[in-house]
Amino acid sequence: MNYCVYCHEAFFEPVSWQFIAGLSESLSFCEECSSSFEAINGECCRMCGRSFRLFPEQYRQKQCCTDCVRWEEHEEWSGVLTKNRSLYVYNDFLRKVISTLKYRGDAELVQGLKTPFCKLYKKEFRGKMIVPVPLSEERHYERGFNQARLMAELLGGEIVSPLERVIHEKKQSKKSRKERLNIQENIFQASKEAGKVKGKSILLIDDVYTTGATIRQAAKVLREAGALEVSSMTVGR
Amino acid sequence: MRFVSFFVDGKTRIAPESLAPHNHLFTASSFYNLPDFDQPLINEDFSYNPTLQAELSGKLLLLDELSLSLDEIQEHYNHGFIRYSKGIETKQGYDKCSRCGNSENRLFASFSCYRCKEPQCTYCRNCIMMGRISQCTPLVSWCGPELEWRDSNSELVWEGILSPEQLKASDTLVEKIGMKDKLLIWAVCGSGKTEVLFQGIEKALKDGQRVCIATPRTDVVLELLPRFRRIFPGITLSCLYGGSMDKLEGAQLILSTTHQLFRYREAFDLIIVDEVDAFPFSYDKTLAFAVQQAKKEEALIVYLSATPDRNMKQQAEDGKLPFVKIPKRYHGFPLPVPRFVWCGHWKKGLKRNKLPRYVMNWISRQMERNRQSFLFVPSVRMLDQIVPILKEVNAKIEGVHAEDPDRKVKVMRFRHGATPILVTTTILERGVTIPFTDVAVLGAEEEIFSESALVQISGRAGRSKDDPAGEVLFFHYGKTKAMVQAKRHIEQMNREAGL
Ligand SMILES: [Zn+2]
Ligand SMILES: [Zn+2]
Ligand SMILES: [Zn+2]
Ligand SMILES: [Zn+2]
Repeated sequence: MNYCVYCHEAFFEPVSWQFIAGLSESLSFCEECSSSFEAINGECCRMCGRSFRLFPEQYRQKQCCTDCVRWEEHEEWSGVLTKNRSLYVYNDFLRKVISTLKYRGDAELVQGLKTPFCKLYKKEFRGKMIVPVPLSEERHYERGFNQARLMAELLGGEIVSPLERVIHEKKQSKKSRKERLNIQENIFQASKEAGKVKGKSILLIDDVYTTGATIRQAAKVLREAGALEVSSMTVGR
Repeated sequence: MRFVSFFVDGKTRIAPESLAPHNHLFTASSFYNLPDFDQPLINEDFSYNPTLQAELSGKLLLLDELSLSLDEIQEHYNHGFIRYSKGIETKQGYDKCSRCGNSENRLFASFSCYRCKEPQCTYCRNCIMMGRISQCTPLVSWCGPELEWRDSNSELVWEGILSPEQLKASDTLVEKIGMKDKLLIWAVCGSGKTEVLFQGIEKALKDGQRVCIATPRTDVVLELLPRFRRIFPGITLSCLYGGSMDKLEGAQLILSTTHQLFRYREAFDLIIVDEVDAFPFSYDKTLAFAVQQAKKEEALIVYLSATPDRNMKQQAEDGKLPFVKIPKRYHGFPLPVPRFVWCGHWKKGLKRNKLPRYVMNWISRQMERNRQSFLFVPSVRMLDQIVPILKEVNAKIEGVHAEDPDRKVKVMRFRHGATPILVTTTILERGVTIPFTDVAVLGAEEEIFSESALVQISGRAGRSKDDPAGEVLFFHYGKTKAMVQAKRHIEQMNREAGL
């Protein structure tokens, strides 16, 4: 019997031949929780990895969503981010899971994401240098951990910290689009370790890609520090 | 967080790293790894902050839960007014959470902690909703003078009349106030158990005792609050549930969900535990721990239950647990006996968005007769599937569950008669009283519907002397032992009441 890492209900694993043959890993989420995640597979925006299933065709141009088209049209942001891919649609359930992780501080929840997150990494980004999006010093102390770093640690590779967050976390979503595109002052700066990114292909890790502003600001600092290209991978989109 | 320890006059003292005295050299460590330290003796000349006394007296809290600055809190430690203790204790290789008493291995985890810099800082997952306790988190308690309520007016303002059975229970309680003892008040649903408490509580309050009524569900706390405000207008009253805002620090009477008791330590002279058999359907081990910790050594514990479990019944019968039974509903009508209706493999139908014919017929009959009803379903997931189907019959039908943000509003709308049928998971089956209601359970065979749960659910029907004919239906796909026992239980209670 297992206990669900999120709702703590006891459950039995469905018996399958993979399970009997020892090919499948033991499940972290119960059936009910597992089925509340909406995996992003099938058609998605080539840039930001948003599932096309969820928004009408008039918001697409060829294989990109109009948000991404706008980022790419802006001279300051064009080409800064190669692409983003995410595991799950950022639905109510994922929002609850991530907020329990971040705001309640239940670090263990991240273990439930390990298998699919590693799989996505191997499929899309294998071999890139792993960089978690940092928190500000203050937020990091308050929380006791950085959830992006916990997610990066799931991948098992070396983790590099070339970035520092200098401006405190505010709700990005509360800013208007114009404010987001005309970012005056970058919220990140290069750290002592920034030299390591020179000539490298970088993969930023964060919990959620919402507007893309945070990830692009991080990517910009990395590019300025000499990174060859920057992609990103998140749990939610 | 990290603390330092140092010597003062031959005694070991501690301080948060940020407040370390300047004239010493230390190495800071996780609170968990501090060497043994001494508690400073209380300094009678120190003028303590009454806000801290009100916030902390009788409690065990995190530093983050206090309104004072770390500096001021540390001052109180230096003068012996507060104590720091470990949030997680490890004995013989086993972790135990000092707040909730959890010692189950699977409910602990660890992370690389930025606060204490330890690569493995272990934390309790059981009580994490109240703020994380990890190895480096100190818990704070009050060692200064106890709170007093000498000037408050504890007069009971209530003109109701107790039935002879209620009166007997009430008198038994009054007699026991002030004793170190236990009492089980065994009251059939609807027998008016709340009124039975009034006289006893009044006596305790008049004696300057601190009193707590703990109940598993927020709905019940919210229902009791205005009632107690009215009958005890002169006392300080605080209401605690997950997310409650109108907390009054240092109140004499506390209405609380059982979970909130985790924050209390040796606080209450009288503690009344409502629906002991109820969380979620059997008494959670850590909640029993919470009650034991929250009461004072010399306290009286009163258990209220309509369906005490076997263990408790046994203790009562063996004379180990004093008890008083209120068998009769106060209006003298029998409890409705549930009827079983077989409705086939309803889950299969539900996958195709269909409800059994019998259920649909019942729904339309209820609408025609203008009878309000509860429909209990086994899970939130099923609730989400069933409500849209019923909304096609009548758009006013609503669903509600424990985590529903609109729960209060929806229950209110049902109470006011605006909602014909309220589909619900098991949260509302106790305590919330709405007259003229019928009750049905869909999937009564599911494990979540234990005997006790089904008896309670049945008790929701016909709870008014103007409407003794409430109807109870169990729609099922195979009778269970729990269903049969629940029915027998109700018939037994009706017999005992001479009905
Ligand atoms: Zn689950
Ligand atoms: Zn896009
Ligand atoms: Zn705990
Ligand atoms: Zn720590």
